[in-house]
Amino acid sequence: MTFYSILFPGSEDPLAREAAEAPEFFKDMNLHQVIDAITVGKDIYNLKPLFYTCVPDTDVIAYRHEVLRDLEDEELLKNLKSFAQEMTTMRDYLTQASKVTDDRQKQRWFLDAVGIFCAGIDQLARDLALAKLNSVALSAFRDYLSAYVGSSSFKALASETRKLQTDLESVRYSTLILGSGTFKVTKYKEGLNYSAEIERTFEKFKQGAPKAYQYQFPSLPHLNVVEAKVLEFVTQLYPEIFANLSAYCARYANYEEKPIQIFEREIQFYISYLDYIEAFRRTGLKFCYPKITTDSKEIYCDGGFDIALASRLVAEGHSVVCNDFYFKDPERIFVVTGPNQGGKTTFSRQFGQAHYLAGMGFLVPGRAARIHLFDYIMTHYERDEYMTNLQGKLQDDVVRIHEILERATPSSIIILNEIFSSTALQDALFLSKRVMQRIVDLDALCVWVTFVDELASYSEKVVSMVSTVVPDNPAIRTFRVFRKPAEGVAYALTIAEKYGLTYDRLKDRLSL
Amino acid sequence: MKVCLLHPENNFVAPPLPWNERALAQDLGLDTVFGVMAQRDKFLFSAIRDVVLASLTTDVDTILYRQSVLQDCLKHPTVVRELYAIAVKGVECENKGYWAFFGKYPTGLLNRSLELINMLVDVLRKLRHLAEKQAQGVDSDGFRNLFARLKTELSEEYLRDIHTHLKDLRFIDGTLITAKLGEGNRGTDYVLQKSPVKRSRLQRLFGLDKQPGFTFRLHPRDQRGAKALGEYNEKGITQTATVLGQSADYILSFFKTLRTELAFYVGCLNLHEALTSKKEPVCFPIPVKAEERQHTFTELYDVGLALSVRPKVIGNDFKAEHKELVIITGANGGGKSTFLRSVGLGQLMMQSGMFVGATSFTANICPNLLTHYRREEDETMRSGKFDEELQRMSEIVAHLAPNSLLLFNESFAATNEREGSEIARQIVCALLERGIKLFFVSHQYTFTSGFDAKEWDNVTFLRAERKEDGTRTFKLIQAEPLRTSYGEDLYNKIFEVSSSAEAATEPELAVGTGSRSSGFGKPE
Repeated sequence: MTFYSILFPGSEDPLAREAAEAPEFFKDMNLHQVIDAITVGKDIYNLKPLFYTCVPDTDVIAYRHEVLRDLEDEELLKNLKSFAQEMTTMRDYLTQASKVTDDRQKQRWFLDAVGIFCAGIDQLARDLALAKLNSVALSAFRDYLSAYVGSSSFKALASETRKLQTDLESVRYSTLILGSGTFKVTKYKEGLNYSAEIERTFEKFKQGAPKAYQYQFPSLPHLNVVEAKVLEFVTQLYPEIFANLSAYCARYANYEEKPIQIFEREIQFYISYLDYIEAFRRTGLKFCYPKITTDSKEIYCDGGFDIALASRLVAEGHSVVCNDFYFKDPERIFVVTGPNQGGKTTFSRQFGQAHYLAGMGFLVPGRAARIHLFDYIMTHYERDEYMTNLQGKLQDDVVRIHEILERATPSSIIILNEIFSSTALQDALFLSKRVMQRIVDLDALCVWVTFVDELASYSEKVVSMVSTVVPDNPAIRTFRVFRKPAEGVAYALTIAEKYGLTYDRLKDRLSL
Repeated sequence: MKVCLLHPENNFVAPPLPWNERALAQDLGLDTVFGVMAQRDKFLFSAIRDVVLASLTTDVDTILYRQSVLQDCLKHPTVVRELYAIAVKGVECENKGYWAFFGKYPTGLLNRSLELINMLVDVLRKLRHLAEKQAQGVDSDGFRNLFARLKTELSEEYLRDIHTHLKDLRFIDGTLITAKLGEGNRGTDYVLQKSPVKRSRLQRLFGLDKQPGFTFRLHPRDQRGAKALGEYNEKGITQTATVLGQSADYILSFFKTLRTELAFYVGCLNLHEALTSKKEPVCFPIPVKAEERQHTFTELYDVGLALSVRPKVIGNDFKAEHKELVIITGANGGGKSTFLRSVGLGQLMMQSGMFVGATSFTANICPNLLTHYRREEDETMRSGKFDEELQRMSEIVAHLAPNSLLLFNESFAATNEREGSEIARQIVCALLERGIKLFFVSHQYTFTSGFDAKEWDNVTFLRAERKEDGTRTFKLIQAEPLRTSYGEDLYNKIFEVSSSAEAATEPELAVGTGSRSSGFGKPE
């Protein structure tokens, strides 16, 4: 079986599908932060385009779920990470080789890079052979790799590399430096180690840990004139070894294999995500493989959360509030109302992120989840940058909603947050109802965060969700969002109470 | 090579100051005592403070070890001061000369270390001479062993050996450095080699050394090359320079330890002179194990007070065996706080191995000494103050170990008597059960009367004495608490109210405190 990709089934060039730009909904869903955090320190792999490519496909999702299930084997995951580490070191060596001009330096960096490559590949092949692999993707790669490692060309590369490294490690030399700018380089001859002698003499005064004297010598990649001259003499003292090194480098200039390079990058797609969610899992938060439906829209997610927010909370040592949601036919639309700062926007992000992650073939936050296979996620959030021009903002809102509704299909996800807030309630009510009717007719899945309570009971397709505060102390936010009829003025009163602005309180305070 | 004047086996290494160092200093008046011991010498002050405050962890044997060293010191004060002067001289070598800033290269360190060790060897020799001269006159294990070590370890042969090394390390013959090839074929693992045979430069380069090799001579004006060769040489000597630098540090730290340990005894000499010149008595105390309960002394006085006032101070006698709680009551200004301070100071001085300001003193040692004093703060913030008191108490509890000694001075009085007494009672009962030894100065009759001596055989009472006519003797007598604390006396004295008016108010007050005591657990 030929190996192509561990991200996509089939033989199409995976690179051809990659998106260079983030999807539009990334910003509203705070997914930029999430992807930045996932890919931090991994620039070398150029992973972001892989995360930007969100074209949900049941085959792709299944292909990736298989790989992720294989990677639940901790031993395998650890081995893959150490392989990645080896390859990174190898690349560092090659970078060093490209920085220096002295051929003997270049050649040594190259030799050692290949040494790391051979050991890493050899180890990976053994690790994969021992692992229990069920995924089509990893099995195909294992088969490819075992054939490569067994090939005579790889064997020759590995043994020649080892031989040369051993030879070079055996090289020892002495330098005699005289005050007049003269130095002589000879092969190594046994002498007395001076520092050991000094140490012995003053042994009796020793007590406690010695002070560490640190000396930094300029460490440029290049050798300075004396180092270069000394190396030249050493080359002449051991001519055969260095001749072999030159010949070796010419012979193996193109030792890297394309499928291995592809694998090295693509496996990071999985590793980086698993590493990212590990921090959450350690605090007890759950992730699950979502079921993917194409016909039913009875989706659900138990114990999910906004990963962008959770990542901040976990880092600060706070606990994360989880929320459930589900649709039973004919429900399609969540209308979220309730006090500010109560978790409404967070809920809408949780919903969108769950769909995106499921569409990417990842595990999603939550104990259990079923997600509808969507075609697009379309979002419209109130943005600060509009605030300067209220007239313009309403217009922008309407234009944007129009665009969304033009593009949306019954399989789309639509997420709206506080739109039409820049107009009179009458206008907002009117516009909202019109848009709501369009979404109802479309039969798309939607989350709509709004202050227009009337929307919460608009249709049998609408589910009312309400954010909550602790009843006795409205200052404490719960960040929980429940299925519950919209409460109208009740929570407005609680907040007014908190600030002492209810009628009774105001009367007392003003002593009228 | 160890000093071991403070401990039979270990050199003194100053641990961090106890967390309650400030409270101890303030409550026991330590700065006055340390000040007299240090004679305005900043180093002496901090060394003495470090030693004394680290001494709560010493065991009985160590205390006795120090006592015998101190007795030698009292016999030969001039020798001790001379020894101390030599130690100071050794330490001061570090900051002498131009090499204080020895640059960023190993050569700098190497040269500085050569000079430094050269000077230190001279001081070591002086030290040995002194040890040889005085070895006969000392009796304590501490001094006898130290002098013996100095004689054998610093023999003239050894010191000459050092000199030879120092000469070799000037590398008149050039340096021989071995190396291997590291990353990117850059040289690594540079090791400076000592040539076993002395040869001249020319012989080495062209003659005797027949080793095949390649020689290069930099152009005399090749500055870049000269710099690079210098750097190569620096790398070669790094390891050796580091080891030499560390050796110099070790010798210095020997002198530093010697100076610190002697500083304590010099401080004791200073204090001894100050007290004896005032004709105040001192004695060597008898420490007993921490698990025992013993606190017996005669004429114990507050050393800090004795050092800061002109007249002779009044000492107290006290005998307490198997007692765990000492409750001190009585008239204001009757010497309660002074007594409490003298108890704390006596304990601390005993455990440091010092003499104590008393004619006799014996007590069990304690692994921890803590004070909880009422702090004078803004009276208007009453609730905040009580809160602060309890917070401090909570910190103390976090640091308690069994057999600790805890001194309370008017604690938990920043609230009304019933609440304060109840809190104090609960705290004290809990501490007694944890094996903590307590001295508690209190005005709160509800609290103090609760520990009836008939029922509590581990409790004893002291009372500031007040004569019939209202004058104070500043003596404390072993006696149960009285219902009033004679605050009126002070009032009368300061407001100059006639004594006939006093008699009329006293019974009322007594009834008042008596009725408040009804909330307390034990029947009278």
